[in-house]
Amino acid sequence: MSRRRVSLRQELPLLIWLLFVWDALWQDFSPGNLLFGALIAVVVARLFYLPPVELGGRFNVLRAIPFAATFLAKVVAASFQILYLAVAKGPRVISAVVAVPLRSHSDLLVTATGHVISLIPGSLVVEVDRSTSTLYIHGINVRNPEDAARLRKDVRDTEARLIRIMGTRDELSALNQEAAA
Amino acid sequence: MNPEPLSADAVIDAVSAVFMVLGALMSLAAAIGLLRFPDLMSRMHAATKPQVLGLFLLLAAVGLQLRTWWVWPVLAVAWIFQLLTVPVSAHMVGRAGYRTKHLHRELLSTDELEAVVQQAAGRHGFDDDGGPAER
Repeated sequence: MSRRRVSLRQELPLLIWLLFVWDALWQDFSPGNLLFGALIAVVVARLFYLPPVELGGRFNVLRAIPFAATFLAKVVAASFQILYLAVAKGPRVISAVVAVPLRSHSDLLVTATGHVISLIPGSLVVEVDRSTSTLYIHGINVRNPEDAARLRKDVRDTEARLIRIMGTRDELSALNQEAAA
Repeated sequence: MNPEPLSADAVIDAVSAVFMVLGALMSLAAAIGLLRFPDLMSRMHAATKPQVLGLFLLLAAVGLQLRTWWVWPVLAVAWIFQLLTVPVSAHMVGRAGYRTKHLHRELLSTDELEAVVQQAAGRHGFDDDGGPAER
C-alpha cells in the first residue's frame, strides 16, 4: 500500500498535541522530557498512520479567542437552561429534528461544527449526511417553526464563525460574498 | 493588623468552593433530566451536556486547590478529551436511538430526518446501515 506523503507542516499540529499530552501526563516540561516526547510523537505518528486531516491552511487567532469565550458563555447559559427545563417542564418538553445544510464540504469544518453544536446543551447531532454536508440536529424545547428557524440560524452562524477561523480561502470569500449580498 | 484579612488564600478557597457547588449542581441537573425527560434523545441532552460544564468547574476547583502550576496541563488534557469524546458518543447513541425508534413522535414539533431515513430504508430494504450517511 503506497502512502501519500504527509508534509511536516501538515503533521505539526498532531505532533505538538501528542507532545503536550505526553508531558502533561508526566507533569514534566523539562527540556529532556520535551525532546523525548517529541521523539515518541514522531515515532507514533509514523507507526500508527492516520488519514491526514485536510487543514484549511489558515488559522485566525484573533477570531478564535472571542469564539472560545462565546462558546463557554453559551455552554454556561444552556446548561442552566437544561436544568430549568428538567425541573420545570420534564416529561412535557417538546423537541424537534431539524435538517441544517452547511456551506462547507470539508470534513474538518463539518466535524468541528457538529462538535461545537453537540457540546452546547440543547442541540445534538443525530445524523450527518456527508454527501450534501447536512446535519440533522435534535433540538430540545423546539416547539414551533420559529424555534426551528432560530436553531438553524444558530448552527449556520456557528459554521460561519468557524470558517472565519480556519476555513479555506475559497470558503471565506464565498462567505464574505454571502454576507455582502 | 488588618481587622478583616482578605488573603489570596481565602479568595482562592471561596472561588473553588463556588466552582465545586456549581459543578455538583450540574451533576444534579443531569440526574433530574435523566429521570424526568420523556425519551432517549432528550435524556441524552441531560446526560451528556451539563457535565461538560460540571467537569470544567470541578477540574478548575481541583486546580485552584492544589496550587501547583504543573497540574493545569493534566486537567486541560482531561477536559479536552471530554470535549472530543462527548459529542461522538452522544451522536452514536442518538443515531442508534433514532433508528430503533426510541423516541416519542408526538413530542416532536418537526422531524426533517424521517423522510430521508424512510427513503433510504426503502431503497436498501432492511439494511439499516444504508442510511443517508453512506449514500
